[in-house]
Amino acid sequence: MRSKRFNNVAMGVLAWVVALLIFFPILWLLLTAFKTEQQAFTVVPNFFFSPTLESFKTALAQGSGYWHYAWNSVLTAVASTVIGLALAVPAAYAMAFYPNKRTDFLLVWMVSTKFIPAVGVLIPIYLVYSAVGLLDNALGLTLLFTAMNLPIIVWMVYSYFRDIPKDIVEAADIDGASIMQTLFKVVLPLALPGLASTGLLALILAWNESFWSITMTDHSAATLAVYIASFKSAEGLFWAKMSAASVLAIAPIIVLGWFTQRQMVRGLTFGAVK
Amino acid sequence: MKAISQSAPSAGLSAEVTGARSFARTTRLLMAPAVIFLLIWMLVPLAMTIYYSFQQYNLLMPMYDGFAGFNNFVILLGDPTFWKSLANTLIIVAASLVITVGLGLALALLFNRTFVGRGVARTLAVAPFFVMPVVTGLIWKNMLFHPVFGLFAWIARQLGLEPVDWLAHYPMLSVIIMITWEWTPFALLVLLTGLQSLPEDQIEAAKLDGASAWQEFRHIVIPHLGQVLYVVVMLESIFFLTSFAEIYTTTSGGPGTATTNLPYYIFQTVFQQNDIGIASAAAIGAVILANIFAIMLIRYIAGNLNAGAAR
Repeated sequence: MRSKRFNNVAMGVLAWVVALLIFFPILWLLLTAFKTEQQAFTVVPNFFFSPTLESFKTALAQGSGYWHYAWNSVLTAVASTVIGLALAVPAAYAMAFYPNKRTDFLLVWMVSTKFIPAVGVLIPIYLVYSAVGLLDNALGLTLLFTAMNLPIIVWMVYSYFRDIPKDIVEAADIDGASIMQTLFKVVLPLALPGLASTGLLALILAWNESFWSITMTDHSAATLAVYIASFKSAEGLFWAKMSAASVLAIAPIIVLGWFTQRQMVRGLTFGAVK
Repeated sequence: MKAISQSAPSAGLSAEVTGARSFARTTRLLMAPAVIFLLIWMLVPLAMTIYYSFQQYNLLMPMYDGFAGFNNFVILLGDPTFWKSLANTLIIVAASLVITVGLGLALALLFNRTFVGRGVARTLAVAPFFVMPVVTGLIWKNMLFHPVFGLFAWIARQLGLEPVDWLAHYPMLSVIIMITWEWTPFALLVLLTGLQSLPEDQIEAAKLDGASAWQEFRHIVIPHLGQVLYVVVMLESIFFLTSFAEIYTTTSGGPGTATTNLPYYIFQTVFQQNDIGIASAAAIGAVILANIFAIMLIRYIAGNLNAGAAR
């Protein structure tokens, strides 16, 4: 019995050690963000130092362009999520409550487009975008994020709609409500929590996206991912500034992510794991 | 599910005969925007990529455009960099899969136990999955891997060892370390969710029958997790096949072509050599590779869907 208790404590300690080791790079980034450039770029690492907000100030200063990139990130992530939900809700509603023999095929087809690698469609999209002036354009990037997330959004909204008891929708139909009345008055209010977590997941995925942002934007529609990637050639010059900019870019997502872990699993595995 | 699909149209029918037809039209209208959007942004470009792969098309040499037959594919298959990038892609997928799933499973079992502060510890352990891949690349490249100012170099010196220039001497290992740091939390998260749905009474029964911890793991936990593991492996494969940001921000595919994977090879062919035809041919290769995993996964999701409908 005693050895079993010891075992439990040892396993708990091990779990904590592993958790701290995994988290350490993020902690190190956070610490570096509160250093000066001189403190950040040293041969012997500074574990103890008096924290300063100097790097955050330089990162956010007028000339840094941070707000420009942050605004693009917010704009493209929010807009693509809103458009995605606006496209997905009617489709998922029709498939969940008024299925026909093609429904299963359509749903699986939509999901399958998620598995086309981005490089498979990169070249035509790049050429068409440059021909119609959508390159380095917030709308162009937003629509790409929408396309990237739409299969997941449709699938998640569908699965939340399926959780709603059919009797409720049936009763509304029999009472003479039109399809759209049933959607807005009955189904949407019931599915609101599910829609919220779907939106949150889409927001996180769009915010963290880098392939399309790097290939399709240059400056005017560039997001934080592009801005931070531009530090890749700054050999040791701006570590503290880079860290401060990175912390500001990842902190909101990590916090949101912690609240949406379960939805993340549900959405990314297409319901195979709940 | 059946009840609604029959009763709903019949409710419309009882009102008027034409009701059923307008009803079908309404549901079609509801689905059309999403379907058309995906057609335009996914299927049309995919078809165009196939078209371009048979065209001689270099943005720098517009006078040589025209049908190329299988020429692009012949050039591609004769390019050692393409083969190298294909091998690199598969190495990244295989190594990252083994490590993330192995570690993820071990960690899931560890975090499935009860201990003080489990929620907080688990939250810290899954955090890397939510970090922007671009940031991941820069943290590791600058603050950990750097041969002089990186933390690993300092630790090596403390231990009296020669600091290692990770990205120069072990580029592939470094890329795999970064990818596994990001994705082990995902495997952990999914497998932990799977473990928590394990019926308690099965474990109890096995314990009463005197099963050892290993027998319990081998004969109850693993079969239960089988489907979850399958999904994790397929999904991660598809994501690992398309790894880009971690390579773009750290090694840029180098040194030489040591870490050039298929997406990075295509990226370079388009944006540095401007060769649309060859890049499209390589992109077709990437799609075929992804499909090998995707078809199995989609079949599984579709099967799950019908199982759900029967419920």
